[in-house]
Amino acid sequence: MSDAHTNDDHNHGIGHITPVSLLVGIFALLIFFTVLTVAVTYVDLGPANIWIALGVAVVKGALVGLYFMHLRYDSPFNGLILVTAFLFLAVFIGISLMDTGEYQRNIPPPPTVRPVTG
Amino acid sequence: MPSRDITEDRHDADPRPRDITDMSSDSAPQPDKAHGGHDNRPPHLAHHFETPKQQFESGKLGMWLFLATEILMFGGLFCAYAIYRGNHQDVFLYGYGALDKMWGATNTVVLLASSLTMAWAVRAAQKGQQKLLIAMLVATFMGGVGFMGIKAVEYKAKYDHNLFPGQQFNAFYYESGKPKYPEKLAHAIEYIDGRNAGRGGASHGTDGQGGEHSDAAPAPGEGQVLQGAGHQQAEADAQAPAAVIVTASFAPPADVTNLAPPASPADAGVLDSAIDHAGVVQTPHAGHTQILWEDLSQTERGKVHIFFEIYFLMTGLHGLHVLIGMGLIGWLILKARARTFGKEYFTPVDVIGLYWHLVDLIWIFLFPLLYLIH
Repeated sequence: MSDAHTNDDHNHGIGHITPVSLLVGIFALLIFFTVLTVAVTYVDLGPANIWIALGVAVVKGALVGLYFMHLRYDSPFNGLILVTAFLFLAVFIGISLMDTGEYQRNIPPPPTVRPVTG
Repeated sequence: MPSRDITEDRHDADPRPRDITDMSSDSAPQPDKAHGGHDNRPPHLAHHFETPKQQFESGKLGMWLFLATEILMFGGLFCAYAIYRGNHQDVFLYGYGALDKMWGATNTVVLLASSLTMAWAVRAAQKGQQKLLIAMLVATFMGGVGFMGIKAVEYKAKYDHNLFPGQQFNAFYYESGKPKYPEKLAHAIEYIDGRNAGRGGASHGTDGQGGEHSDAAPAPGEGQVLQGAGHQQAEADAQAPAAVIVTASFAPPADVTNLAPPASPADAGVLDSAIDHAGVVQTPHAGHTQILWEDLSQTERGKVHIFFEIYFLMTGLHGLHVLIGMGLIGWLILKARARTFGKEYFTPVDVIGLYWHLVDLIWIFLFPLLYLIH
């Protein structure tokens, strides 16, 4: 890969040309992970299921980003933009999730006595 | 790299002031003269860039910034999803029964394949392979057609079973404790319960028949018993709501209903307790995937429609992106036929490729979150 990279750079210097074998290989890996993530749902692993599903999704996303979107060969600044977006997304969702629990205790308990009194 | 180019060039040539004066004095656009000094500038190189590489990198940077905003836009929906699923696991386990895992997986493969052809198209453009470029762009476009076709089949099924979002369409709307459309609700319960029962059985026996052929009628024996149950349940809900609520020993005032967690008042409170509660409800049904209408509490029943709103908003916004991507790829095909792209100029192919891959990336997360709930 690095060979191809330097060669292309010498040729005309615009962008990185990804070899077909690599593209097809990445595609095969993506299909493998898709089958894997569907197969895992037939096995009951309790709460681990969602984390496995998300982990597989992250791996697939990384493959798409690094190879199909050329991030591996790009200026690192483009990757930095992507990572920053995910970072802010994590902050946004994380703090929102912390927050949803916070008001529950202020809600008066459901009046289960009501059928008796009224 | 490009930044160094700029400074060096300015240092010895300093073309800018001359550019400006040339442009203002010459009213007729003469691109070659306007960039005095650079005789061999390629026609696609805009005058404010020094080299094709710099122009390419800048265009790409701009696209990445746009993609970051796209991620944040979808992020709002992912956030809604996370909060809602965290607080109402059972509603998600129930509602996702209406979705078809195999259609979802097929669509994932279709989109991944179209991502492959898109990346290949970029490669073809970079190497100046005109015919291959057009072929790959057409293949990518067809991938989009396939994806939207399958999505249309899925949406049609939701529409037929009154699962569309909106008060006019969704069977799961409640109004002051009563189902708004009792008959539609009974039908929808039959549909989802039948599928969920099949799914639950499948997860223990021979793999996935319920999940795979779930488009067809639910499993004959078990399903029908449950369908009956669903019917009665819905009718009971409709006819005597107050009584049902009282027997369920849970009669919150209307304004609290929306906020209170489904758990018993004792452990009402932290998010975790809601999840615990979900766990408790699930245990009797051994297979985690099997949640039926009768397992849902009164408050949860009133919230099932929100699952479908989240599903349609997320897949709908994503589908809109696929359509926009297809439009852009169609434009690329026209441009490629006119031989616009080559080794020195392929920025539009690359940048629209990035967009298409991002759409794929978002689907990679949507698929397990919506179709593979466990």
